[in-house]
Amino acid sequence: MAQSSLETAAAPRRPATGVAPASWAWLGVAPFFLFAVLFLMLPTLHLVIGAFEDADGNFTFNNIVNLFTPQIMSSFWVTIEISMLSAVGGAVIGFLLAYAGVMGGLPRWVRPVLMTFSGVAPNFAGLPLAFAFLATLGRTGLVTALLFNVFGFKLYDHGFNVTSFWGLVLAYLYFQIPLMVLILVPALDGLKREWREASDILGGNAWHFWRHVAIPILWPSLVGTTLLLFANAFGAVATAYGLTGSGINLVTIMLFAQIRGDVLHDQNLGYALSLGMVVVTVLSNTAYIVLRARSRQGLR
Amino acid sequence: MKKFLPWLIMAICTIYFVVPLACTFEFSLRLKRGQYSFAAYANVFGDSRFQETFLYSTELAIATIVFGTLLVVPTAYWIRLRLPSLRPVVEFITLMPLVIPAIILVFGYVRIYNSSSLLPLTSASWSTDVLLGCSYITLALPYMYRAIDTGLQSIDIRTLTEAAESLGARWPSILFGVILPNLRVAIVSSAFLTFATVIGEFTMASLLDRPAFGPYLQLIGANRAYEPSALAVITFLITWGCMGVIQLLGRGRRGVAASAY
Repeated sequence: MAQSSLETAAAPRRPATGVAPASWAWLGVAPFFLFAVLFLMLPTLHLVIGAFEDADGNFTFNNIVNLFTPQIMSSFWVTIEISMLSAVGGAVIGFLLAYAGVMGGLPRWVRPVLMTFSGVAPNFAGLPLAFAFLATLGRTGLVTALLFNVFGFKLYDHGFNVTSFWGLVLAYLYFQIPLMVLILVPALDGLKREWREASDILGGNAWHFWRHVAIPILWPSLVGTTLLLFANAFGAVATAYGLTGSGINLVTIMLFAQIRGDVLHDQNLGYALSLGMVVVTVLSNTAYIVLRARSRQGLR
Repeated sequence: MKKFLPWLIMAICTIYFVVPLACTFEFSLRLKRGQYSFAAYANVFGDSRFQETFLYSTELAIATIVFGTLLVVPTAYWIRLRLPSLRPVVEFITLMPLVIPAIILVFGYVRIYNSSSLLPLTSASWSTDVLLGCSYITLALPYMYRAIDTGLQSIDIRTLTEAAESLGARWPSILFGVILPNLRVAIVSSAFLTFATVIGEFTMASLLDRPAFGPYLQLIGANRAYEPSALAVITFLITWGCMGVIQLLGRGRRGVAASAY
């Protein structure tokens, strides 16, 4: 280590003396790459390779085939459904909220309050969020009690349960909406005032402006961010675990149990489950990154 | 009339965001029958497991911040100064933790660092702590790298480096005496964001079986009625505190929280 430090130390001086870029420069980033290999590449690669091996380490597609059982398929579907609903809901509501806060003509103080809250709320996820929703809409929660005392409405007699599918979607929205606002506000700021003025001068109304100018410019950010929210919900563990325990057969909850105690009784099937998750999140994130690049071009 | 719709949207969202917080606070005061009290908070603060796990997670968060910063600052500095061609690669790597869910990463760790592997990090508790710290650095990497890289962008590192060199500084003094002090806002921002992320983290700590605050939250959540609400309020205040510091430091600039996306 001491040797390599000395060599990187000497490196910055070389350009001054006119020598070609030093071949030792890469040593400066070697610790970072070592870290990335140990804690990002190898672990992921290990699972991906394991997904294509049997218990003795021979190549096989059996684990992938075994994913197509009703139990595992249904867990993927319910996870995708919850993630989609919370992503689309979060995107639509987040868009409306960002629009109201930035372009709605509200008092000046609204925007900083909205932005500050949107910076905090996505970090208020996981178990504390689950506790908050149990205290609000659980059987003994305040809102549940108020609905009964004030309106005589028994929430739990009408098929609602905070630990069920819709309860989870409602809880996820708590971090999805602010995340959407946080990402979308800069994009809304990118809509130039002159565009609106040009549209007005040409006789367009608000609908024309949104339909023919704003939405075509914003759609890569809108769709891209929705995909990001989807991946965000898809990989979430703690909120669901705290709210529903293992009540909903989410793929992350199943994987959690698998890592804890091999509930599938098949190590390599566990790897295949991980591969399935990685494929879903990589696809949606790649699409997000591509769309984000497009939207930045559009706003330039 | 034109402003009716924005106000309506704002009002509905405010209700949605404020009501759960208010209810959680109200619920946390209900421990004693028939009266409001802070008894649940007293129980939480008096619980030795709370103190131990909170201290453990705080120590781990500080270690994550220190070692994460030591890993990221030299890398980001070096990439900007000498290896700009590697920039897309490094940026791609720092985004990976957002793409690959934490549960997948920790699954990989459990398998490749088990007691029969080449690097048996999970065989002793101290080395599992090291592994958990490294997992947290991985989780924080996207925010940390972008915050620090943005900080580097706003100072002229080439001129600063050349000035320091011409005054005879060697690289440790350039990095610690010149670059780091100029990055303090970026570093402190990313530190608080990291703290807010790490302090209640559940999945990784639980699967690596370490006595952290996240697993403690889960334990209390499963066994108590009012204490979980008190803990949620405490965690929320910590999150607000951390993000508040960042907002103060950021002062109108685009927050670190958003910069990773």
